Amino acid sequence: MVQGMLDEFRARIMERKPLRPRGGGSKDFYGGPLAGQVLETRAYNGIISYEPSELVITARCGTSLAELESALAERRQCLACEPPDFGGATVGGAVAAGLSGPRRATAGSLRDFVLGVRIMDGEGRVLKFGGEVIKNVAGFDVSRLMVGSLGTLGLILDVSLKVLPVPPGDASLRFDLPQDKALEALNRWAGRPLPLVASVWEDGVLSIRLSGAQAAVNAACTALGGEVMGETAATDFWQGLREQTAAFFAADDQGPLWRLSLPSVAPPLDLPGATLIEWGGAQRWLRIDAAAGTLRDAATRAGGHATLFRGGRAEQRAGGVFTPLAPALMEIHRRLKQRFDPYGVFNPGRLYPEF
Amino acid sequence: MNQRAHSAEQAQDFSGIDRAALLAELERLLPKDSLLAVHEDVKPYECDGLSAYRQVPMAVALPETEAQVVAVIKACRAAGVPLVPRGAGTGLSAGALPHPQGVVLSLAKMKRILHVDPVARLAVVQPGVRNLAISEAAAAFGLYYAPDPSSQIACSIGGNVAENSGGVHCLKYGLTLHNVLRVRAVLISGEIVEFGNHALDAPGYDLLALSIGSEGLLAIVTEVTVRLVPKPDHAQVIIASFADVVTAGNAVADVIAAGIIPAGLEMMDKPATAAVEPFVKAGYDLDAAAILLCESDGTAEEVAEEIGRMQSVLENSGATRIRVSQSESERLLFWAGRKAAFPAAGRISPDYYCMDGTIPRKRLGEMLLAIYAMEKKYGLRCINVFHAGDGNMHPLILYDANVPGELERTEAFGAEILKLSVDLGGTITGEHGVGYEKINSMCDQFCADELRAFHAVKRSFDPEGLLNPEKAIPTLYRCAESGRMHVHGGDIPFPELERL
Repeated sequence: MVQGMLDEFRARIMERKPLRPRGGGSKDFYGGPLAGQVLETRAYNGIISYEPSELVITARCGTSLAELESALAERRQCLACEPPDFGGATVGGAVAAGLSGPRRATAGSLRDFVLGVRIMDGEGRVLKFGGEVIKNVAGFDVSRLMVGSLGTLGLILDVSLKVLPVPPGDASLRFDLPQDKALEALNRWAGRPLPLVASVWEDGVLSIRLSGAQAAVNAACTALGGEVMGETAATDFWQGLREQTAAFFAADDQGPLWRLSLPSVAPPLDLPGATLIEWGGAQRWLRIDAAAGTLRDAATRAGGHATLFRGGRAEQRAGGVFTPLAPALMEIHRRLKQRFDPYGVFNPGRLYPEF
Repeated sequence: MNQRAHSAEQAQDFSGIDRAALLAELERLLPKDSLLAVHEDVKPYECDGLSAYRQVPMAVALPETEAQVVAVIKACRAAGVPLVPRGAGTGLSAGALPHPQGVVLSLAKMKRILHVDPVARLAVVQPGVRNLAISEAAAAFGLYYAPDPSSQIACSIGGNVAENSGGVHCLKYGLTLHNVLRVRAVLISGEIVEFGNHALDAPGYDLLALSIGSEGLLAIVTEVTVRLVPKPDHAQVIIASFADVVTAGNAVADVIAAGIIPAGLEMMDKPATAAVEPFVKAGYDLDAAAILLCESDGTAEEVAEEIGRMQSVLENSGATRIRVSQSESERLLFWAGRKAAFPAAGRISPDYYCMDGTIPRKRLGEMLLAIYAMEKKYGLRCINVFHAGDGNMHPLILYDANVPGELERTEAFGAEILKLSVDLGGTITGEHGVGYEKINSMCDQFCADELRAFHAVKRSFDPEGLLNPEKAIPTLYRCAESGRMHVHGGDIPFPELERL
């Protein structure tokens, strides 16, 4: 049955016509225009192996993230990088998009947790890179190259992910702070051995999440002060950020949603529009209806990059939603694309208009 | 030019290089003492930390600036001369083994710490900066650079990037990959590029991940930004003794399954403790078949809580004796024995050969028993130290290079361990890299199409194959010739070759 599906994938790929691999379709909004025929991956699903003592889970691309996380939760483990589900994501889609949730600044990104992948390249060959062990330096790190590639280098078949235990202690605190003071506090706290795992600032309120050994969480609560959030309210609050169901993200009528990835110490940006700041200052979301160049220039000046994450008019999306690459890097991208997908089958134009 | 281009199939031909012309050009481009070309001067560069493999290079270039790196690369490229990058030369896989027709590009003179930013928690350093020097520079701010390969006093950050180096704290704090934000590098075209940035991600493909651990095959690193993390206030370590290696291996899995991520979790077998104890006097239990060193770090409260949990898991897993460090000096003493394993091997044997396979934790006991059987088979002793927490093993095979046949038996012993690592679901190298040493074992782990894909990645950066040729990724011809074919779907490279 699994082999049958692989044969089917291969047959579609060998037609050499543009394909759009699609799991839950939860991130159809993300990246460049959708092109090519849909290649459904949902039927190719299932957890292949999971051993809690090895801290590794391997699943097929069509496995829903929810199923994977519920298997982990049964053994009190988790994906610490918190990839969003967005109402039905699959493992393959999560890896292709490479998005991470509120804990990313301390836990690491989804890329950091990928240990190995099996892909089908643009010539229908099944290739395995990395593996199921945490330390592995044999060969180039092609498995992590797939993370965030938006499926443009091949069909991601199976993925091995590092998992971690759910920390025993958890508490969330709130502080009334203006943006500059909040950024200053976050950068100061991050330099201390505190169990600070997530943060968000919006509208004059800084919320932080502490997670780790119970004793360390208690000690940090005492040291930092602030207002303690109720347990249920806190869980819903962080979930709302991870899933972007919080009011800020839901308000698509308030303008296009831009994501600016910046050094955490970058000062508040001099741009109009509502702002929400995550990752200790390193991820800044803006609701702003401005020319793409305005956002890109601001991000570049601050040492980072800007992505038109969701929404926006045709002219704002025209040059691509991601920050353009330096010519030497674009040339490497083109060559990699050419070698993994010589006939341009996978998601043409989804990452960059050039390929 | 075509016959010289990099290919997956066969090694390149670098014959017919005009040595005199290239040396004259390099002399013009570099300061007086930055070019070595006479035999006595280049001889010290004939090997890296793995001295079993030696090759005198044509010349050694020691640029002092990025502009000089660019100039050397452009000159070598114009002459079609291969370049072998080298950091501190402490590597254990002959990754910096010179090419006979090539230039060694040493980054040792580029050793300035350019910037330490305690608020942004990062340091910008040149590639020749020593790993430990970064932590020393950050110490005043209560910060440090987490990856700590055992060679950290000497190894350079550029080499760490090339190898994706680990250390004893990887399980909790990650590898080089997880602790580097940005790499600035020169491509073979002479263009300067940056992979990553001072934010947490960069647009496009993750070329930062691809460049880390690429063993100098893709680009020459000229600057690195590392992430600094707060130094834990407190640490304590447990030594647990076990009556047999399988029980000790299972205890490792039990600790992890209990939801504990130790700061360090190391295992030493009886031959290893016997080798180090007279030397270090760490107080190890010499009756135990194996000991585990299990460390907790964090705040004092956190450590007390975690040490208690670790202790109870280890007791339930069959530990015969447990000791907990009662002071910082005792903790360091407990670690001193583990850290002295390599020098101790050198003390009890004229030569030793360090392996680096990684296997699933649950197979540790099984692997040790297999190694004990191999000792008999090859008539050689082996002492075993493991980064047990992440399944990364360092069996040290003891041999005497002056005894005819011992090196060959040692290599065969090592290759069998690596083959078994792959068969047990692991990898041939956890942190030392493939280099020249393990290049044939790559044929055990990857099939022809996968190797072709690696070569394609290589060509995407270095179409002419001038950066560290014949390292890390074997040609299909080499796999066929060494008779180590990972046959996948019946696809045999070079089907036309006779195989005897």
